[in-house]
Amino acid sequence: MTIAARIEGGSAVVCVAGEEAVCDPAGALFLPAHGLLVVSDLHLEKGAAFARRGVMMPPYDTAATLARLAVVVEAWKPSAVISLGDSFHDVTGARDMPEPFRDRLSEIMQDRDWFWIVGNHDPEPPAGLHGRTVREIAVGSLLFRHEPAARACDGEVAGHLHPGARIVRRGRSVRRPCFATDGRRLIMPAFGALTGALNVRDRAFARLFDWAAFRAYMLGSDRVYPVAGKMLSPG
Amino acid sequence: MTEQPAFPQETAAAPQETAAARLPEPFLRWFAERGWAPRAHQLDLLARAQGGASVLLIAPTGAGKTLAGFLPSLVDLAERGRRRPGQAHRGVHTLYISPLKALAVDIERNLTKPVEGIGLPVTMETRTGDTPAHKRQRQKLSPPDILLTTPEQLALLIASSDAARFFSGLRYVVLDELHSLVTSKRGHLLALGLARLRALVPRLQTVGLSATVAEPDALRRWLVPQDGAGAMAELITVAGGAKPQITILESRERVPWAGHSARHAMPEVYEEIRRHRTTLLFVNTRSQAELLFQELWRINEDNLPIALHHGSLDVAQRRKVEKAMENNALRAIVATSTLDLGIDWGDVDLVVHVGAPKGASRLAQRIGRSNHRMDEPSKAILVPANRFEVLECRAAIEANYLGAQDTPPLLDGALDVLAQHVLGCACAAPFSADALFDEVRSAAPYAALDRDSFDRIVQFVATGGYALRTYERYARIRQTKEGLWRVSHPRVAQQYRLNVGTIIEAPMLNVRYVRSGRGSAGRGGPVLGKVEEYFLETLAPGDTFMFSGRVLRFEGIRESEAFVSNATGVDAMVPSYAGGKFPLSTYLADQVRAMLADPARWQALPDQVSDWLRLQRDVSALPKRDQLLVETFPRGQRFYMVAYPFEGRLAHQTLGMLLTRRLERAGARPLGFVASDYALAIWGLSDMGGMAKSGEAPLAQLFDEDMLGDDLDAWLAESWLLKRTFRNCAVIAGLIEKRHPGQEKTGRQVTVSADLIYDVLRSHEPDHILMQATRADAATGLLDVARLSDMLSRIKGRIMHKDLDRISPLAVPIMLEIGKESVNGEASDTLLAEAADDLIEEARGQMTGRAE
Repeated sequence: MTIAARIEGGSAVVCVAGEEAVCDPAGALFLPAHGLLVVSDLHLEKGAAFARRGVMMPPYDTAATLARLAVVVEAWKPSAVISLGDSFHDVTGARDMPEPFRDRLSEIMQDRDWFWIVGNHDPEPPAGLHGRTVREIAVGSLLFRHEPAARACDGEVAGHLHPGARIVRRGRSVRRPCFATDGRRLIMPAFGALTGALNVRDRAFARLFDWAAFRAYMLGSDRVYPVAGKMLSPG
Repeated sequence: MTEQPAFPQETAAAPQETAAARLPEPFLRWFAERGWAPRAHQLDLLARAQGGASVLLIAPTGAGKTLAGFLPSLVDLAERGRRRPGQAHRGVHTLYISPLKALAVDIERNLTKPVEGIGLPVTMETRTGDTPAHKRQRQKLSPPDILLTTPEQLALLIASSDAARFFSGLRYVVLDELHSLVTSKRGHLLALGLARLRALVPRLQTVGLSATVAEPDALRRWLVPQDGAGAMAELITVAGGAKPQITILESRERVPWAGHSARHAMPEVYEEIRRHRTTLLFVNTRSQAELLFQELWRINEDNLPIALHHGSLDVAQRRKVEKAMENNALRAIVATSTLDLGIDWGDVDLVVHVGAPKGASRLAQRIGRSNHRMDEPSKAILVPANRFEVLECRAAIEANYLGAQDTPPLLDGALDVLAQHVLGCACAAPFSADALFDEVRSAAPYAALDRDSFDRIVQFVATGGYALRTYERYARIRQTKEGLWRVSHPRVAQQYRLNVGTIIEAPMLNVRYVRSGRGSAGRGGPVLGKVEEYFLETLAPGDTFMFSGRVLRFEGIRESEAFVSNATGVDAMVPSYAGGKFPLSTYLADQVRAMLADPARWQALPDQVSDWLRLQRDVSALPKRDQLLVETFPRGQRFYMVAYPFEGRLAHQTLGMLLTRRLERAGARPLGFVASDYALAIWGLSDMGGMAKSGEAPLAQLFDEDMLGDDLDAWLAESWLLKRTFRNCAVIAGLIEKRHPGQEKTGRQVTVSADLIYDVLRSHEPDHILMQATRADAATGLLDVARLSDMLSRIKGRIMHKDLDRISPLAVPIMLEIGKESVNGEASDTLLAEAADDLIEEARGQMTGRAE
């Protein structure tokens, strides 16, 4: 278990269950030993899902998320990518996705292995897209699944909770999405453009971590900031 | 209407050629039985209304305004006679609209007296957000003759499919407290509702009731349909009652340089409370109310019943205080603006205003609370909390005696409100865009609306109005073959009903009491009220703050509740939640500048204040009325620049943001700034005075109007101010659904935050109609750009620079604010970097610890 992370080019290098992993400031995780890139909770077509219910969110979230995805894929050049569940905001999302978006996504997926892990929003394989759909997948000493297990679980990398952290300094407060880890398991920040965050001090996280060793790797505009658990504020 | 003195009336404004009023015999008898006679303005209004006119009545409190407003309706209803059994319901005859629910209830009680006394066949009911569903249902089927309601309820009524039938018998709309309604988005919603009513009932007449305003013509236009020629309602003005007796508390204590607590004057204020029957104490903010209440109780040796009343407190507690007030069980009540509007309050014989009133009209309104009779002078004492406030209070008193009014100018109708209205219209019945456009333009705030903006709003309502048109198949409203727009699904109307209204409260958290030390573990005790989330976010567990009249310890936040426990000790943090902070009005600002420039007027000021000004004149300078004084001086390791525009905190904040950007570019290395209502102080590492003189950073360039171009745009793009404004616009326009009680618990990750939508829209469609609405809103609201712009053009070529070697007397108040006020600036990565550094420090410490 490391205490402070190494910062390299804005990314933080952490160690989870003995595996070295790089937390990218865009919210993606890269495992150099396996050439593997992990993103979680893309919630593609979230705007459209709202529009179907009569709430006309801007239709630009999918394009924004795909653009960010293209950037991290280009930067890390992974041989494999795991999308850790809730890749689409709902089941209709993949089916009704406008063609230009589908083409863009296919382009990003090209020439690499792609794993869709099922999430609560997208329990089925995404219609009209390549890649393998699985419940969970093990790589090295790590196990990738959408929802974290209720009890401490060594080597688990999950999403679902959209962790965010908040610090208060000099009467001002900064809230950012974050990677949440105690060195045994790691929960990924949501990658989608229209996704909010849940404070890691919320009850939902209480039993998941060894809080003495907890770190939030908060996403800054061009680097990741490691912050100790005891410095974080609730809310 | 509870008081209707029998003395002869002062006359109304020059009577015009109108036929005599028809006042039926039972009315005359009712007046006579009480030894009263109808007042001239009441008869005048009745006659004009009976002649078919819409009328604006401007009268001071206690002039029998309400009865005047209802007289045309009551007489018409009396002449119409009782509904015969079996005859169909005739629908609502008169709609009364007030800004406050409580006012509607109050009016019902007061109107009952003449209605019963005269024996009129009139039914009357209120309809507010508190009215139970079954009663509302029943009201729709058998409507009362007079319906007392609010702008939001009117919006709901006209959006229902039977609106045309419901309002078919409508004759009059009475609009109470019109001066306060028209200045907000609620006023815009109401203006659109009124336009709709006129479309349904073309012969509809309006009666507006208002306190004195600066520009009555704006309100007169508001009351009648606009067709480009500026048609106006008729005007009746009742001259003001007795002049109020206003004094400034001449404190024996030293008036502080800065601060807003007026703590120095508390013993003297307490003495005044003892000497009067009932005292109403006004403050400008809820935090000041809390502080004042604490201070008074600390010295309340006689245990006088002194109560606290402000908008954040739990409703039950507020009702208790109001009840006690009605029963004259209180000796004093500390209140904020919640009581500003016209509800009768027991036997108040003294109004104390702690802190400066910020506007002459506001002062007049508040003083109107005491002695609710027009013929007796009201008595008020102003308690300035610092030296600048002494000047401001003096200016306000003179303004009040002069009858000067500084009500804000009316703004163009907001586009987000229009979007809400357009959807409401579609919910009622399919509409033609051409007809609706004309109807909307007949409402005064929207008289200048262009067709392109209107069409974009219709598109926004249909599909979000995005350049990328992917939502056509999900449209909320669609055009029929005939070209009419109709809702595409009944669900749309349901959504509309849940989201109607323009009052967007900042997200609030319940403040729940728990036993000390239990943290947020126990479910705990009662809810004390609500506090803005953004204030609570700045607290760490263990911090103490004042709320609900006590000192509380913050324990933590869980879901939508903040847990607090009792705290001991008196050095509690003063909560900085900003509810009800008004900026200094333009009129008073000008008066204060005039006073500074004219030593002859200093005689009216307390000695300590005039001495202060004399000293300033000797060591630095005092600006002329149209000048801007800028002082520069070194202090400690830093260099300061202090400017005195007197344009109010909002405009100064905007100026501070823009000036620091410019100073940064000029290499002055600014570190921060702080703004008050009167002045702005910027500090930095370079000698800004020297740079100004050497021509490196000349003041004329620094303060040039062109800062409102690119600099403003660049800053705005990232500003949290704009995000907050966007959130309000998005909720009103229906892009984001309102949070309803019980929904807060769904968790942040599920809801789409307005900030995220804003970011996406800003990078993909910055000219979206809602972004335009947001920028327009911010410019008039939080940023006060218009005022800043006026100031910059006024001071062009009139900057007086004093490069001093030390702080000046005039600069002392603002310099004392440094450190107390949080330094302005955007929360940013810098804070994150600090937190991360701490971690690295800690890690290093652990490692060296191990090494040893």
